[in-house]
Amino acid sequence: MAWLHTWSGLVVGWVLFAIFVTGTASYYRTDISHWMRPELSATALDPAAAATRAGAFLRRTMPDAAGWSIKLPSAETPAVEVYWWPHLDGPFHRALLDPATGEPARVRDTRGGDFLYRFHFELSLPPIWGRWIVSACAMVLLIALISGIVTHRRIFADFFTFRRDRSAQRGWLDAHNVVGVLALPFHLMIVYTGLVTLSATLMPWGVKAVYGDDVLRYYAEAGLATPGAAPAGGPGTPLPLGAIVARAAAAGGEVPEVMLVTQPGDAGATVTAYFEEPHGLAHLHPQIAYAADTGTEIARVGEAGAATRTGAVMAGLHEAHFAAAPLRLLFFLCGAMGAAAVASGLVLWTVARAPKGADPAGFGLRLVRFLNLGTIAGLPVGLAAYLLANRLLPDGLEARADWEVRAFFAAWAAAALAASLYPRQRAWALALAVPGCAFLAIPLVDAVLVGQQRFLAFDAAMGAVGVTLGLGSRLAARRKPAAARPATASLSRTVEA
Amino acid sequence: MSARAMPTLADRAAVAGRVLLAVFGGYAVAALATALLALILPGPRAEAVSAGTLASFAIMAGAVIWVFAARTLGRAAVVLGLTALLLIGALWLAGAFAHGAGA
Repeated sequence: MAWLHTWSGLVVGWVLFAIFVTGTASYYRTDISHWMRPELSATALDPAAAATRAGAFLRRTMPDAAGWSIKLPSAETPAVEVYWWPHLDGPFHRALLDPATGEPARVRDTRGGDFLYRFHFELSLPPIWGRWIVSACAMVLLIALISGIVTHRRIFADFFTFRRDRSAQRGWLDAHNVVGVLALPFHLMIVYTGLVTLSATLMPWGVKAVYGDDVLRYYAEAGLATPGAAPAGGPGTPLPLGAIVARAAAAGGEVPEVMLVTQPGDAGATVTAYFEEPHGLAHLHPQIAYAADTGTEIARVGEAGAATRTGAVMAGLHEAHFAAAPLRLLFFLCGAMGAAAVASGLVLWTVARAPKGADPAGFGLRLVRFLNLGTIAGLPVGLAAYLLANRLLPDGLEARADWEVRAFFAAWAAAALAASLYPRQRAWALALAVPGCAFLAIPLVDAVLVGQQRFLAFDAAMGAVGVTLGLGSRLAARRKPAAARPATASLSRTVEA
Repeated sequence: MSARAMPTLADRAAVAGRVLLAVFGGYAVAALATALLALILPGPRAEAVSAGTLASFAIMAGAVIWVFAARTLGRAAVVLGLTALLLIGALWLAGAFAHGAGA
């Protein structure tokens, strides 16, 4: 089983590292989005009026859409986020509206934390491809975890073993064991629940066997969605959305989070109000569906049974929406340890195969070294560049959000290529110094260009990441001999958000 | 990982075979088992579907581990193939292949 652990881990290690880092950052997705849209600030809001205006905007934009979705403004996110799509399989268009005018908000064009969140499970590829690749890597990780556990007969003793100064290889092995084993329950949980969140794509065969192609019926019977309504044909005369928001707020006891309009151009259009998840672990939104033209209640989402609720709890655990600040920080640290486990495993592979004496390194070893440097030290450069681009790109730039994403990939690629040119002895020291400086630049650039007090904590966190990377770089510089000790500790923080 | 001799072509082929068997065989067994569980588990049918789907990844992981743990590739292939055949048979008995099953 040892070879299975070694090789399966190696093959998907680089993608897994990126998945862990962006996923860990996604625990702070809304904070990142807020930071990246400094123009938005909390104001007194009337969600019903905002919904009516958003509905008017969508009716002008795509009256014959298959659906619209309107995320109502809240104190947390004071803009109205709308999506509209011509078909169920996309493309999905998106806009951020000013709740007071119903026009696109005057805010810099950015994808905010959503880019990192989607990258986490789609890798910026076409969604289906990205999801399958990420899922395949997750399945390999599950196998690597199981075979890793089998490999360890002395898992408990390893817990307390860290032979830092014995030899480079021992040190890396122990580091890998510590971060791998310490957070093992988290690793197992996060990889399995991650697969479960994508199970509709990955494993549709249970639904297919029982419901054929009528997936919506499964969702309705399972208590995951309200039953769909057939289109009536012909245009309808819908109520203003605000009226339905008011009804839903009265019926549900709170203002809904999202309004979903199905077949908005049809007389049989329905409006479904999604409420915030109730307190608890499960990722289950209460829902009430209304007829768009009369505003009468059509259906409520049913009670989910034990198995469905278990799946919802798994999704909830994965996304940690339930977690308040301290628990969220713990999840974040566990995610960082996951990234560190992957990174230390990748480095361990090269350290264990370093040629003795003056033997030349073979092509495989050099390739893995290059990919390790390029991914482990390159991705943080991309992340810093993404945030810096948000502050530095001019507001009026055409397709500005796309340029931020390009900055992410360009900086990552440039950092990876540069790392391949560094002299071997100093490669890790240099490669970690670059993202360290880039992260340290973030608070400075933010202070000069935006300088809002509410971003102090975020800027401090970015500074802390920069300092940690810098420490890692110094540590790597000090260990000259095998040049094989770029601090794992630093890796565990490279992800901060 | 010690004493690495150069692997022969046969060794490489055996490893490649296990990888392919694990990927496709493992997924096939998991998919068949999920469909079967969805059809035969007691309780409301939506619950059976949910439970089968939740279990699917554990089933796949188990099948993959089996493929790599088996003494020879042939043994792994035979056992996985028989399991798949049994599952198909059970699915047929459960009526999965009658047209318009369920819905």
